[in-house]
Amino acid sequence: MNRWHLWKRIIPLLMVFSLLLTGCSLVGQGSNPIDPKASVAEEQYGLILLSIGIMILVVIVVFALYFYAIVRYRRKPGDDSIPKQVEGSHKLEIIWTVIPMILLLILAVPSVALTFSQDEDYSDDPEVIQVKATGHQFWWEFEYSDLGIYTAQDLVLPVNQRVQFELTSSDVIHSFWIPAMGGKMDTNPGMTNLLYLDTPAEPEVLLGKCAEFCGESHALMDFKVKVVSQEEYDTWVANMQAPAAVVEADVKSGEELFKQNCMSCHAIDAGTPGLGPNLKGFADREVVAGYLEMTDGNIFEWIKKPEEFKGKTVEMPAIPLDDNQFNDIVQYLKTLKLE
Amino acid sequence: MDWLTTVDHKKIGILYFAAGGFFFIVGGIEALLIRLQLMFPMGANGESWFLTGQTYNEIMTMHGTTMIFLAAMPLIFGLMNAVVPLQIGARDVAFPFLNSLGFWTFFFGGVLLNISWFTGTVPDIGWTAYAPLSGSEFSGTGSDYYAIGLQIAGIGTLVGGINFLVTIINMRAPGMTFMRMPLFTWTVFITSGIILFAFPALAVGLIYITFDRLFDANFFVTATGGNAVLWEHIFWIFGHPEVYILILPAFGAISEILPTFARKRLFGYSSMVFATALIGFLSFMVWAHHMFTVGMGDIANALFGVATMLIAIPTGIKVFNWLFTIWGGKIQFTTAMLYATSFIPTFVMGGVTGVMLAIPPADFQFHDSYFVVAHFHYVIVGGIVLSLLAAVYYWWPKMFGRMLNETLGKWSFWLFFSGFHLTFFIQHFLGLWGMPRRVFTYLPNQGWDTANFVSTIGAFFMAAGVIVILLNVIISIKGPKAPADPWDGRTLEWSIASPSPEYNFKQLPLVRGLDAFWLEKMDGKKEMTPAEPLGPIHMPSASILPFFMSLGLFIAGFGFMYRGYEFDSAFINNLFGNNIIAICGLAITLVCMFLRSVYDDHGYHIEVEELQKEG
Ligand code: HEM
Ligand SMILES: [Cu+2]
Repeated sequence: MNRWHLWKRIIPLLMVFSLLLTGCSLVGQGSNPIDPKASVAEEQYGLILLSIGIMILVVIVVFALYFYAIVRYRRKPGDDSIPKQVEGSHKLEIIWTVIPMILLLILAVPSVALTFSQDEDYSDDPEVIQVKATGHQFWWEFEYSDLGIYTAQDLVLPVNQRVQFELTSSDVIHSFWIPAMGGKMDTNPGMTNLLYLDTPAEPEVLLGKCAEFCGESHALMDFKVKVVSQEEYDTWVANMQAPAAVVEADVKSGEELFKQNCMSCHAIDAGTPGLGPNLKGFADREVVAGYLEMTDGNIFEWIKKPEEFKGKTVEMPAIPLDDNQFNDIVQYLKTLKLE
Repeated sequence: MDWLTTVDHKKIGILYFAAGGFFFIVGGIEALLIRLQLMFPMGANGESWFLTGQTYNEIMTMHGTTMIFLAAMPLIFGLMNAVVPLQIGARDVAFPFLNSLGFWTFFFGGVLLNISWFTGTVPDIGWTAYAPLSGSEFSGTGSDYYAIGLQIAGIGTLVGGINFLVTIINMRAPGMTFMRMPLFTWTVFITSGIILFAFPALAVGLIYITFDRLFDANFFVTATGGNAVLWEHIFWIFGHPEVYILILPAFGAISEILPTFARKRLFGYSSMVFATALIGFLSFMVWAHHMFTVGMGDIANALFGVATMLIAIPTGIKVFNWLFTIWGGKIQFTTAMLYATSFIPTFVMGGVTGVMLAIPPADFQFHDSYFVVAHFHYVIVGGIVLSLLAAVYYWWPKMFGRMLNETLGKWSFWLFFSGFHLTFFIQHFLGLWGMPRRVFTYLPNQGWDTANFVSTIGAFFMAAGVIVILLNVIISIKGPKAPADPWDGRTLEWSIASPSPEYNFKQLPLVRGLDAFWLEKMDGKKEMTPAEPLGPIHMPSASILPFFMSLGLFIAGFGFMYRGYEFDSAFINNLFGNNIIAICGLAITLVCMFLRSVYDDHGYHIEVEELQKEG
């Protein structure tokens, strides 16, 4: 009987403990805040670590007192005595008011300092890349204001650079978040927010997300951040600025169909935004619609029935064509490469 | 019929419990569906394995809204009704008629919200209903259900809050000064004060959004000069105090249960009162910590961040006072005490992540991630629900006159408690690994798959715990009768029979200090010393008017919601389109109000002979 009682206490403890362990061994492989790749995220990570440290300290003290008390002061069977009725203790109460104050001070000073330093505005700094990011249900538009380039879904940036983002939205509130590069900022319709981030030192592809609930397909509003070497970036800019190339004869029909059915929303030169995502360099992108693998099948399925992927509130309408025609458009889209 | 017309605070308390418990189970089923959907990541071709995005968003919205407004709030109100008048030695609440009205408006508001499941247009905008997503351009009739349902339910809360303020100020037994009030009553008092200031803000916000939606006003419509962020401010000026409205009575219940089962008086009573008041005040100063990423700028962020951290100080005082209440005591682990003691470490874990969220630059990473989901479930479930369950086991005998089964109680505790930590602890990590909240699915191979799987398993443990609780409640109908004072209690409610007679106290008790009943018992007495001679007791009469007043609002709500809707039948179109339904509904309410004002009802008396007959 007694043994059983003991187990009833220990099993849950073991469960919680094993959870802690799995927690530690499961470190995520994605693009995430505690695996910072650039300075803004690193500074934030530093504060996160400091606060976790202080909080673990607090938790340990409370847990120690707590477990001691509940084990030590259990009522023994048959013990009907009445313990001393203590009113309180001013000395103790002052101690546990002052110590938290000190801990909070240690936390508050660097927090406030970083709050101010990370709110700098680099909009007028010629050294800093200016990008205007606009949230749409459910995709991202990027405008390189100084370069006259519009693009969507894939944000291309050079290594070791500071980028000043100007954030806004065309419909509801979204939130622009590249976890490995730094914290998020909301995109509010009718307003602009400023946020600067630094890029990593090495080329890599990072995941970006929408972090504010924005409707049916909020979960699918991902984008990619392609961080490339400075030379690659320069080539990319030059290619984006060049006019669209003339297409080969075998995709002429696809081009025709595209012009008739898609051009009203999608531009294919980088100089104009378009109502939907700008498709210049589409075939170089990492993913279709922000999250689907870039395969012929996925492109086909997407243009045929976008609402099956991003729901009925997606702003891309279904287009009344037959499968052959969709195939032609897919072939055409695959020629939309840079260089 | 008795239940529809009752104005007895104890019966209204039971009604709140029944309705709140029902909605808690509805919200719990919704939670299980949410977790089931997130158990596995998205398939290779982008397919979701169980729910579509739309359905998930509806369930997620209804889960949050239901749990906050239709489960936690009414359960707290149930406790307030069942306990506060007894604790202060009163025969009733100040306004019994209003009390009943408050219940029925909450009930009909909740029913209205949930009818959306049957009309097929469920709110899908999150419980925070941010504009412009909740506006008519981006969401359907579901948002009307949200705005109008909560508006009606909110009336009940506001009315209830005012009622308890007046009751506690005016109706304490002779000798019960403010500083002799049990701590639960204190927390209800402060909570009622918060309600008085917070709920009008919600009401105004909901009216704005209703006007935007139904009458093309433009408070939040940016295209025509409105301001979307304004909604966030209004919502959180209500929403942040709201979580303190919920947690303070939970603190109060813990402050009653720990002393009883440790057999010691509450450590640091006066600092507990002070801390409660301070938390109540600060709760209005920090709303913008929900909005660090909105783009308010560094000064606002820094100020609201530091102000938020300050709340940790009074909260810390409370935690240490609780620890030193059981320190040196003689602890008896009943089910109620198990829940109450497990509250302490769990709530502390939720509290420290709260401080972490108050650091603006760090919150830029945490905000709207699963770290937040973990944090608020630690405080809401680990704080409020654990203490509510403690309170239910503690006061059940007084409310129903029956004991709950202790063995089942302990089973329910261990299932629920371990399930809770299994579900939510790992979500802190999910947040740190970058998983955003309110996502209906996620790409595989981001390191989130196992953690989500574990979390879902935990949710089923919690569900099993709740099923055992239900079982216990059903069994208790035939369970052993409860004695007047089953736990060797300290406060006035334990000095009268279980369940208490309709007039509560035959003679008002004379209160000689804190823990009034305990003092008498220590002096070797079995009962409270009466403060008045035995005399006839005045009782309010029952009334059906509150039920119909609320029903009227409910009908009017429908009328407004569907006034612009195209029905198949021209007749129905006419009824709604010309606001006939809405006007009829409002008319019912107004007629009831009129009847209430012209018809003088002085109630009745229970005579001395009758009181003596009952012994
Ligand atoms: C079995 C227990 C529970 C489980 C498994 C659970 C699960 C969840 C999950 C997974 C979410 C996140 C949805 C998302 O971000 O996509 C959520 C949201 C939420 N939960 Fe719970 N929950 C439980 C109990 C409760 C309780 C008891 C309350 C309150 C009394 C509560 C209040 C909320 C609120 C307010 C939200 C936010 C909804 C929104 O974002 O609009 N939950 N819950
Ligand atoms: Cu979004």
